[in-house]
Amino acid sequence: MGRIGLILMGNTMIIGLDVGGTHTDVVLIGPDGPMREVKVLTDNAELFKSVLTGLEKITEGIDTQLIRRAVLSTTLTTNAIVTDQVEKVGMIVLAGPGIDPMAFRTCDQYYCVSGSIDHRGREIEGVVEDEVLKAAALMKVAGIKNVGVVGKFSTRNPSHEIRVEKILTDYAFEKIFLGHRISGNLNFPRRIATTFLNASVSSVHSRFYNAVKKSLMEKGLNIPIHILKADGGTMNFSASIDFPGQTILSGPAASVMGAIHSAPKEGDVIVLDIGGTTTDIAVLINQSPVLEPLGISLGKYKTLIRSLKTFSIGVGGDSYVRVENGEIVVGPMRKGPAMAYGGRLPTPTDALFVLEKIDNGDAQAAFKGMESLAANLGISVREVAEKVFEKTCSLILAAAEKLVNDINSKPVYTVHELLEGYVVRPTRLVILGGPALHFTEHLRKISGYHAEAVPRWGVANAIGAGLARTTCEVTLFVDTEKGVVLAPEENYSKTIRSMYSFSDAEDTALELLRKKAVKYGADAENLETEITESLSFNMVRGFRTTGKNIRIKTQVKPGLIQGYRD
Amino acid sequence: MLKALNKTGLVFFPAFDWAIDPTHPEREERLLYTQDQVFEEGILDIEGIVEYKPSLVSDMDIKRVHFCVPDVFSVTTKSHFISAGGAITMGRALMEKEIERGFALVRPPGHHSMRVVHGNRGFCNINNEAILVEYLRRHYGVKRVAIVDTDCHHGDGTQDIYWHDPDTLFISIHQDGRTLYPGSGFMEELGGPNAFGTTVNIPLPPSTSDEGYLYTIEHVVLPILSEFKPEIIINSAGQDNHFSDPLTNMNFSAQGYANLTRMLKPDIAVLEGGYSIEGALPYVNTGLILALAGLDYSGIVEPGFDAARISQSGEVTRAIKRIGETVLSHWKTRKDMQEKIRRGRDFIERRRTIMYDTDMIYEMQKDEIRICDECAGALKIDSSADTGQHILGVTIPTGACRVCRQTALDWYDQAGKGPYDRAFLQDRPNDEYKENILKRR
Repeated sequence: MGRIGLILMGNTMIIGLDVGGTHTDVVLIGPDGPMREVKVLTDNAELFKSVLTGLEKITEGIDTQLIRRAVLSTTLTTNAIVTDQVEKVGMIVLAGPGIDPMAFRTCDQYYCVSGSIDHRGREIEGVVEDEVLKAAALMKVAGIKNVGVVGKFSTRNPSHEIRVEKILTDYAFEKIFLGHRISGNLNFPRRIATTFLNASVSSVHSRFYNAVKKSLMEKGLNIPIHILKADGGTMNFSASIDFPGQTILSGPAASVMGAIHSAPKEGDVIVLDIGGTTTDIAVLINQSPVLEPLGISLGKYKTLIRSLKTFSIGVGGDSYVRVENGEIVVGPMRKGPAMAYGGRLPTPTDALFVLEKIDNGDAQAAFKGMESLAANLGISVREVAEKVFEKTCSLILAAAEKLVNDINSKPVYTVHELLEGYVVRPTRLVILGGPALHFTEHLRKISGYHAEAVPRWGVANAIGAGLARTTCEVTLFVDTEKGVVLAPEENYSKTIRSMYSFSDAEDTALELLRKKAVKYGADAENLETEITESLSFNMVRGFRTTGKNIRIKTQVKPGLIQGYRD
Repeated sequence: MLKALNKTGLVFFPAFDWAIDPTHPEREERLLYTQDQVFEEGILDIEGIVEYKPSLVSDMDIKRVHFCVPDVFSVTTKSHFISAGGAITMGRALMEKEIERGFALVRPPGHHSMRVVHGNRGFCNINNEAILVEYLRRHYGVKRVAIVDTDCHHGDGTQDIYWHDPDTLFISIHQDGRTLYPGSGFMEELGGPNAFGTTVNIPLPPSTSDEGYLYTIEHVVLPILSEFKPEIIINSAGQDNHFSDPLTNMNFSAQGYANLTRMLKPDIAVLEGGYSIEGALPYVNTGLILALAGLDYSGIVEPGFDAARISQSGEVTRAIKRIGETVLSHWKTRKDMQEKIRRGRDFIERRRTIMYDTDMIYEMQKDEIRICDECAGALKIDSSADTGQHILGVTIPTGACRVCRQTALDWYDQAGKGPYDRAFLQDRPNDEYKENILKRR
């Protein structure tokens, strides 16, 4: 049947592409699993080229009409922030009483203006137009193109941010980012940082993806582009224009998603991505990754960008190994490659050579590295290699246990959750990354967990990106005493009557979520929506119930799309 | 970037699924807006402020403090175990030097709970602060403790528990008991014969504002504290002195509370009352956390704050000064007064009636303490309530002398001869808590 069969089934192939520090991994996945894999060297100065080369190579001789989508995970925005290669942006902040908003200053062009909203969304102090105009003029002089506008409690009442956006209209800024559209969660400093990051990476992001799209078109490759987010979900290109910050730190997410196929449908699993410099650790519960409660942290920025909960330690195949006070110390720094691959200092990888687990390098050099440690400790070279290897494994395991502990000690706010809440009890390790195979057995032994390496561990990250589901979340807030229902991220607000019920709120939130997911590129038939938080409070004033205060959080949870096998 | 000067621990447990009843002030909604404010201000992201998950107290932690009638489970809910557990979580983190200050922002409250518990009084079932203090004494060998109760209502439960304990300084600052529940806490209430003077009551007139309250802290509370030299200061941090509180008549502000906290420097604060859930609590709690952490709180202003409108009259100012002078003169002469009370007596008895307003229970109590110079004294309590329960409670205090220990054991052993349904024994030196069911009902 071949081609005709495939055409009848619709566009059925998927490309997953993950740009890593050294390699860019690309896979082509069909209904029966990966069909082709390609590795190209990453050109960090010209990421664009790596992506394009990767896409060209993987589609060689393939009818691209059959490709349903290509999901890209890049380090573009992360690198731009870390290396400070971002555009200068302006911020207008409306704080009102509370902690001095200058404590959250993100940039030079940062203006605090009047305007205050309280926790129920009531206006305490209005916006002063002149102050905004003054700030706008100064930002124009400074050559600012993109602006972020953030108000305290704007998720409870976005009118001030919207008003400021209107006032700025005449100044023709390129793009204005409003805080309430970025997340429904409460956290003013994080809202400031997140809005700032979105505005900052906006141009870099748009330039890059427009260039990718244009080049693909020129080459006749008409593939819908999706982008991996930090939460292990995807969004389509057009959605990413408004929320480019969501792509920050999607790298670890790709690997974790790539491990899902190796995890059982039920049970708690620790994912270990053992790299050269670090090991990234995550947890899956019933094949769903555990998420950060609020959002990702990147350098000094704490954000509301939804992300997987991951923990990294500076222990990997290339970690610097030495003896300090008679003890073997591994990491956290990397001082070049393993001696077996031309490095100058011993590493856990060199230990693997001595233990005859690897042989595709300079075993003699590796031996020399271990020898220097052995001399220091007065034991044999083999013994020292064993110690280095065991130490590396036990550091990784201890870090994994720390992460589990951290997840389990997350505060909860109801009696029910405290007594009956879910406790993560891992029984299994899923391991990927370069040295994965060699670590599996020993990690199994010292942990007592079942442990296995992910098949195709070398490109599991690209597979993970390719198969990731489109995700999003919607927060709904109802105050029947005030008579409002509000989903700030969706730009949704309505006046309601007091009869508005809890189930009305849940229905509305789920409906908004479905719309958003489809807009973001999800398959409308295969949505896995869920309510993650659902609280209703009777509001009592003077011993009389005067209304209801309802908070609903819904999400499409991260996971893999259906219809593809690993 | 904000960084706390004092590493500050926070247990936030709003018990969003627990209420005394649906429209009661102590209901699910109480800390909802506080949570919103604390989250929105990003307090939990500040370096040096760490949120802890509360642990649960054990049955034994409660029995170390209370005689629960008929038993612990009949007078508590799970939420009480968590709330007291929150206080202990902060205490443990403090003693383990993980934090320098701690705040248990928990509900339900506890400061109206006395040593004997027949039910709920003043929204309280078990005393979170006392459970914390006895836990710290048991597990960390802490001896001298000060509890400063800044709830607007007299902390009559805590006062009752420490009435006979010379190692615990209890100071309650509250709206005058002639004008507010529970109607006690007068300056003449100074403690039992073995602990005379270590109970300090400062009843303030209605309409006291920041000025009068902070004057009292500076000129009365701080001098007494510095003379007592506690190892640990615990603040029963009620927030109902606020001008917007619906149940009280004081004129304190969010700034006032933050200043109070800065001056008092409590090692651990435990939330008590405060029922202005929208207008006060979000701002008072934010200010309190910042003050504990040693951060700038000058920007915290609650809506509707008007310094002129809530300033106190000259008459109130003069009254507060007089009260302060009286309290200090009692403090200075406490040893002489104690001598007078004890002269020529071996045991001293006290009788009183206790009202449980929430559960509508009426209790009659008679307690007897052995006059002792070596320890806090053997204590026995005869308590009967209109629920039909009649119990005997006996306490051997921490550090008990041989005679007091024997006296207490004799009381407990002879309980069967009395009219009691149950007898309880708190053997604190051995950390053993016994009970004897004398009549089956």
